[in-house]
Amino acid sequence: MSQPSDIIQVSNPTQTSTKSALKGGYNPSLGPIQLPTSYQAQLASTASSKRNIYDHSLSRRAPEVNLSSLSYIFNVMIQYSQKNSKGIQELEGKLNTLGYSIGPKVLELITLREGKNAKREIKLVEILQFIHTQVWRTLFGRVADELEKSSEADDEYMITDKQPLMSEFISVPKDMGQLNVNAFVAGIIEGILDVCYFQASVSAHTVETPGCPNRTVFFIKFDRDVIERENLRFHK
Amino acid sequence: MSYYLAIIGTTDSPIYECEFGTHKQGGDGTSKFSPEMKELNPFILHSSIDIVEDIQWQTNSMFLKSFDEFHGPGTGSTSTNVNYYISGFLTSGNVKFLMIHDNSVYKNEDSIKQFFMDLNDLYVKTLLNPFYKVNDVISSSVFDLKVKACAKKYL
Repeated sequence: MSQPSDIIQVSNPTQTSTKSALKGGYNPSLGPIQLPTSYQAQLASTASSKRNIYDHSLSRRAPEVNLSSLSYIFNVMIQYSQKNSKGIQELEGKLNTLGYSIGPKVLELITLREGKNAKREIKLVEILQFIHTQVWRTLFGRVADELEKSSEADDEYMITDKQPLMSEFISVPKDMGQLNVNAFVAGIIEGILDVCYFQASVSAHTVETPGCPNRTVFFIKFDRDVIERENLRFHK
Repeated sequence: MSYYLAIIGTTDSPIYECEFGTHKQGGDGTSKFSPEMKELNPFILHSSIDIVEDIQWQTNSMFLKSFDEFHGPGTGSTSTNVNYYISGFLTSGNVKFLMIHDNSVYKNEDSIKQFFMDLNDLYVKTLLNPFYKVNDVISSSVFDLKVKACAKKYL
């Protein structure tokens, strides 16, 4: 196991620092380092030769994706998750996790595109309205149908979508009756709420009405302390 | 004028740090912090997080101008203590951009705001990378160069 040459290298701080400094970029173990201007010019010339993600513009409207391609990828995601899970609950949990990491990215992108009018959402109702309109419009091209507050509990809210885009071409087998693949979208909502410090658990449920067999209700249950904080801050 | 900038993730740990000086008035772009200040900078910046967490629920604007001050050793070896100011920017996903600067914000409030807006643009581009997760350290050298180019442009 002993590798003396490695150990000597690590314990020699001058050597490690010059090596990393040449690479450029932030290194958390070294902290902020100012490269000599000659290095910076050298790095700049190598970096500008290739087009990278920092050269793309974010301000133009996102090009729309074909519904068929989207459905196909989503279909593969469901199949992959299903293969690795034992029951409906585990499958929904996996889809929720896949959506969760998308939430903060969508949120930041939407606020960036608002430009000068951009603001942070600090009230519970406002963040829900933001999800109901802006997020839905960016992701699905239209606003969600309803936003309701539960009449029984003060920490429960519901967003309803009569015709969810993601599950339009997904038919659930009879023996998996409880499954709603919009758990993925619920994950996106949960990711947005969590990163805004409105910790909540979000789940998707199918609630059929005549003419809308796919009608989905996103059930949002906030943590107790989020409600308490809201009452302290805004309803004195 | 010298600046110390850090991007603080949602778990209060830094994901990017950078130190630079002004290019205006004949500056060469290197910071002039004294060795004591260089060591103190991260502490001062992190202690201001408490204040950020309080005022972030009182305003929904993203830019927070000079919300904290620090009286500390000045630049150069013989100079007296000077005031340092801390300005910040909160993204909608509650990632904090915090910056220590040694001149009052009232002189260059707009340029600092513009700098933060461009930094936000760069941060979102990093975030949209599918291989990047929230709170990962940003070690890209291209990002580093772009931030320094922004600093040169505005500060």
